[in-house]
Amino acid sequence: MMKAGKRILSLVLLVVSMTAGPLALTGCHGSKGLGAFHMPEEFGLSGNYEITFWAKNDTNKTQTAIYEQAIVDFEKLYPNITVNLRLYTDYGKIYNDVITNITTNTTPNVCITYPDHIATYLSGTNLVVPLDSLFDDEKYGLGGSEVRFAAPSAEEIIPQFLEECLIDGHYYALPYMRSSEACYINKTYVEALGYTLPDVLTWDFVWEVSEAAMAKDAEDNFLINGQKVLIPFIYKSTDNMMIQMLKQKNAGYSTADGELLLFQDDTKELLYTIAEHGKSGAFSTFKISSYPANFLNTGQCLFAIDSTAGATWMGTNAPLSDISEDKVVEFETEVMTIPQFDPQHPQMISQGPSVCIFNKEDPQEVLASWLFTQYLLSNDVQIAYARTEGYVPVTSKAQESAEYQDYLSRCGENNTDYYDVKIKATELLLNHIDHTFVTPVFNGSASLRDAAGQLIENTVKSVRRKQEVNDAYMDKLYEDTISLYRLDQLNSASSPSSGKRDLGELPKTSVILLSSLATAWALILTYVVVCRVKRRNM
Amino acid sequence: MKKFVSLLLALMLVIACVGCGGKNESVPAEEAVANEQSDEGTQDAAEPEAGANEETEAAADEETTAPETEADADTATDDVKSEGVMTYEEYVAAELDTEVVVETYVQAKQSWWEDKATVYSQDKDGGYFLYNMACSEEDYEKLAVGTKIKVTGYKAEWSGEVEIIDATFEIEEGSYVAEAEDVTAILGADELIDHQNKFVAFKGMTVEASQDADGNDVAFLYNWDGSGQDGDDLYFNVSLDGSTYTFTVESYLCDNTTDVYKAVKELNIGDQIDMEGFLYWYEGVNPHITSVIVK
Repeated sequence: MMKAGKRILSLVLLVVSMTAGPLALTGCHGSKGLGAFHMPEEFGLSGNYEITFWAKNDTNKTQTAIYEQAIVDFEKLYPNITVNLRLYTDYGKIYNDVITNITTNTTPNVCITYPDHIATYLSGTNLVVPLDSLFDDEKYGLGGSEVRFAAPSAEEIIPQFLEECLIDGHYYALPYMRSSEACYINKTYVEALGYTLPDVLTWDFVWEVSEAAMAKDAEDNFLINGQKVLIPFIYKSTDNMMIQMLKQKNAGYSTADGELLLFQDDTKELLYTIAEHGKSGAFSTFKISSYPANFLNTGQCLFAIDSTAGATWMGTNAPLSDISEDKVVEFETEVMTIPQFDPQHPQMISQGPSVCIFNKEDPQEVLASWLFTQYLLSNDVQIAYARTEGYVPVTSKAQESAEYQDYLSRCGENNTDYYDVKIKATELLLNHIDHTFVTPVFNGSASLRDAAGQLIENTVKSVRRKQEVNDAYMDKLYEDTISLYRLDQLNSASSPSSGKRDLGELPKTSVILLSSLATAWALILTYVVVCRVKRRNM
Repeated sequence: MKKFVSLLLALMLVIACVGCGGKNESVPAEEAVANEQSDEGTQDAAEPEAGANEETEAAADEETTAPETEADADTATDDVKSEGVMTYEEYVAAELDTEVVVETYVQAKQSWWEDKATVYSQDKDGGYFLYNMACSEEDYEKLAVGTKIKVTGYKAEWSGEVEIIDATFEIEEGSYVAEAEDVTAILGADELIDHQNKFVAFKGMTVEASQDADGNDVAFLYNWDGSGQDGDDLYFNVSLDGSTYTFTVESYLCDNTTDVYKAVKELNIGDQIDMEGFLYWYEGVNPHITSVIVK
């Protein structure tokens, strides 16, 4: 009986060990993640490395071609590295797919991203490679001795842009391109209304002209364009709109450590103003109406605010357009900074893609990713890509190159490579780099950004639906928006590395594992007790 | 020795478990929300809804359920509206940004994400595009082709596409699968817009050349300008009586595993084809094709 008991117990333990052990380790692999990346001494030239690059283009075939060419050129330099390109057209999809692939350990190697998103990725241990040690590596770091192309040095990356990639004291990305927002203006119509564009555009000016443009004739046509449709002022990214308005007013949005300040009285004031002009029809948004460029180019908009990286869609002669030629109207396009509350101290957002590297088990694979990431900052790629839109290269090396300076100097030479609106948008950012800002990055900052835009979208929708916008409405709006984006569930200090979260019920596998362990221990203890009792009785 | 082995095994389990029990490193689920990053002036031509509102590839997993049968029996002929429900005529007459209540029948599901569904629907009189309608994943599964639903939302227009947004719905008794209405003869005519969002057919059209990124003549493009890759929307030109139109295989509606996606990739310039799909609008007619037959 005793032997049988031992056998059973041993068998139980063996079975539990064989099943639960791997289960536990598998669980660990998923939850604990990879070990920290350590820089190899040398890059292995004997092995072959296949890396994936998730890139974002602006639905622009030239940008796609530049990515493809960059890969071809890079693979010539490093024949043992193969780069597989996967293209996206918006950041949100990249973000969602990365999140999905984290759970299956199938993240890309190199990924175009936003710092806000990286903050979320950092919730996983060692998921994103901190680049500090890579930057400084003598051989393979920025401009390192063993790098096979003319990579920029750390000093040659525009400091403001590089700082945007600093999260919790570590660099988790390299900037790839930078843009801001610009106001693309139908100057012809503004002047036809009797106004002269000021040196610096102000919110008051834009609202006033927009309302003046709403006058109609007896047949219900707008006087300014003779059409039935006119939305004088359209904003593409309402999250940016709210963020920049608050910044310009020196009002709260969030703190660096993740305190949410958005839901306050300054925001309400802004929303009341926006509601007023949404109600009159003088203002709308991309989400509610459509692309600002479509309205601008058909003479149905006077002030279109969009990214400088959307400049090739703006204006009568825009090289890219969704509008049939017969609908495009002739007008003079002016490119200005976004409206300001304080024209003496203009402030505008800095945005644009950055590149992060996901950690892998093989450090050589990570190093291959790093080399490719550096290659994206080489002059060949930087200048070629920046020329496709109103982007600015992120290195002084590229910005100051003769090739790039020549490009800028040829503004308006034709309506393709040297399209004047595009180059003016680029110059706008180059001239205002010191006036740009970014919002604090923390775990949840991406949701807060969405919430900022949603406040505007909902307010404009509501007034269009003839709902009353008052204090009660605002209170409800705040409450609903906080709930929608689960902002009430964020930690008070939401830095990527901070705090634990309520993760809900344990998964079934964990319950089974823990139960098995408890059973095993119970059996062991029982066995020990029984043995001791027997010994005493002997 | 046996005791030692037993204890060792147990200890191994405990160590493994303790290892897992540390700080939970998984990415918080609530952060994985669809996130529409603003910025970068992407004008994602003719995929405005996806670009605008971040529908995701969740849709790719679902079956694309465009109608396959001819006028499917039943309640289509006696499609009497319930009390408080608009007729299609009343819906058309309703102003934009007003609340509308319609009873309609699911014709195809385009996508589901974060409890929002985008659906093509139709009653016997006309089509309704239901954009980002509040819908649990469980309910989404119930929305088989033909399912009757009562939808309450707001009428809106986005780049010419009239749709119902911010909607809720409830499933009702009844079923109707629309027959594809042949609108070939009115392509290019003003009256075509009266059929917006309906399931329609185009017959005897000719595949025309598009130009790819290298300037070559090709039968289709990934994305409107050839900037995409497999899995992205397909764009192709077709002509009739000297006029050329751009049609789309919308990748959320029909992903790269569907027959129509594969069929369009096999097209050759000059092919004569019949097509079916939904009469979507983006700055003009932009049909979302669900089937192609090469003659």
